[in-house]
Amino acid sequence: MPMTMTQKILAKAAGLDSVKPGQLVQAKVDMVLGNDITAPVAIHEFEKAGLEKVFHTEKIALVPDHFTPNKDIKSAEQVKRMREFARKMGIKHFFEVGQMGVEHALLPEQGLVVAGDVVIGADSHTCTYGALGAFSTGTGSTDMAAAMATGEVWLKIPEAIQFNLIGKPSEWVSGKDIILHIIGHIGVAGALYKSMEFTGDGLEFLSMDDRFTIANMAIEAGAKNGIFEVDEETIKYIQEHSCKTYEVFTADNDAEYLKEYTIDLSKLKPTVSFPHLPENTRTIDQVGEIPIHQVVIGSCTNGRMEDMRIAAKILAGRKVHRDVRCIVIPATQRIWKECMQEGLFDIFVDAGCAVSTPTCGPCLGGHMGVLAAGERAVSTTNRNFVGRMGHAKSEVYLASPAIAAASAITGKISSPDEVMK
Amino acid sequence: MKFEGKVIKYGDNVDTDVIIPARYLNTSDHSELAKHCMEDLDATFVTRVNKGDVMVAGYNFGCGSSREHAPIAIKASGISCVIAKTFARIFYRNAINIGLPIVESPECANDAEENDRLEIDLEKGFIINYNKGKTYRIEPFPEFIQKIIVAGGLMARTKKEALPTETD
Ligand code: SF4
Repeated sequence: MPMTMTQKILAKAAGLDSVKPGQLVQAKVDMVLGNDITAPVAIHEFEKAGLEKVFHTEKIALVPDHFTPNKDIKSAEQVKRMREFARKMGIKHFFEVGQMGVEHALLPEQGLVVAGDVVIGADSHTCTYGALGAFSTGTGSTDMAAAMATGEVWLKIPEAIQFNLIGKPSEWVSGKDIILHIIGHIGVAGALYKSMEFTGDGLEFLSMDDRFTIANMAIEAGAKNGIFEVDEETIKYIQEHSCKTYEVFTADNDAEYLKEYTIDLSKLKPTVSFPHLPENTRTIDQVGEIPIHQVVIGSCTNGRMEDMRIAAKILAGRKVHRDVRCIVIPATQRIWKECMQEGLFDIFVDAGCAVSTPTCGPCLGGHMGVLAAGERAVSTTNRNFVGRMGHAKSEVYLASPAIAAASAITGKISSPDEVMK
Repeated sequence: MKFEGKVIKYGDNVDTDVIIPARYLNTSDHSELAKHCMEDLDATFVTRVNKGDVMVAGYNFGCGSSREHAPIAIKASGISCVIAKTFARIFYRNAINIGLPIVESPECANDAEENDRLEIDLEKGFIINYNKGKTYRIEPFPEFIQKIIVAGGLMARTKKEALPTETD
């Protein structure tokens, strides 16, 4: 039976020669992830079941990133629980404030995930690592607890949808615009339970940061995972970041896809997603006059080095509009340091931005930029649900770092062309 | 497993941010979470839900984050079962893993209206809507998942099987 990339990885992890869609398997995992919201629940379940040992001390990553540096006593208690559990179990990859970053930017950067891996994380955006040619998917805390104990997870083999990317994107079209375009096209349940497999000649124009952004938002189309075909760019990234052994899986030529889409990247325009669903997309020329109060540039979607560079390029020598708060959050300590070394912080601060230590913070309305009733934000994050960034009557518009930076300057949703004259 | 209760109905794409807003995720206390269940979508939910009530919704129920706090909040609020046209996948597995019964039935979800009385029998595989005078067949879970449910959730099963060893 011919198989897709995802099916091949899962067959191997389940110790089977082949698998077919709908089959339920018990698969071995290479990495189990949890954060300060989900890990405490998992730890509670783990301890309640009377378990005393984790399956592997180097295959678990605990990243307190959502409410850290802790915003209140309750969140401090949650992280304390994680920290104590990590110490007691001898878990190697616990990332304390000062070393941590937003989990999905952090794990690839630290080389903890490579091509061919099976990763489950108690966080829906665990699908990000598909950019590396790994199978990775979000689960809940109970799955995390069970996987920490057994090193295994139950999974249903998904069908796949193929996205054949062709052509070269124009200057302001980034990974974010590509994935927003796709979600606008297929809808928030357009890939429900399925894998999204990305392939095609257009990949050569997509940096690893673009691919992370695209895979990151597979969940916003309802997908189980998003996965990219591995090419030289992927291998280069893995070799620069990891000493783990990787394995490249390619889809069989006659693998079955439920649907195949061909997307000509050269035809795409910068895209914005309107409240309150990621599928409510409009191209930048269709946006109209939308005044804003806040801009957030960061998160597991767009808090990487390229995102920082593009925002800086647009903000350089310009000022944030007086009605706008612009908050910039490099996603990891390493990215933070690179920003500093490249002088990007000078640009941000001179423009009137606030620069934060790595955290999820405002992305989920946690802290560091929560919205009041009636306020509007342009954000490089991935969700614009009701109340996502604060008050239930606030609004979030999802966009690329380029649009976010340009909007910060004009005070309304804007194309970078409007300010880069 | 059998339940009877009145319908509380919502639409499509009910996401985990409205089921339990992130501002309450600094706790995992079940009763605390239940107090804020559905708050941003329907502030009256917590005042009118009665033990045993059935939540009925449209497509893609539970989309969004992986927070298990969402099915936990629903369960702790007294809801006995959620019926939807489809479920988002992480919510689906979380519900199974924590023991919140869920049923995919597009027909029943279509017909049911607020306050209708439903009876659900998971073993025999049917739903009755007394107000509409209609019965719907439901697919039993695959055997693999039934085992998790019968064991009393994923952790109960894991507890029996777990033999942690350091391997590579
Ligand atoms: S940055 Fe936002 S989407 Fe990403 S892990 Fe943090 S809260 Fe979730």
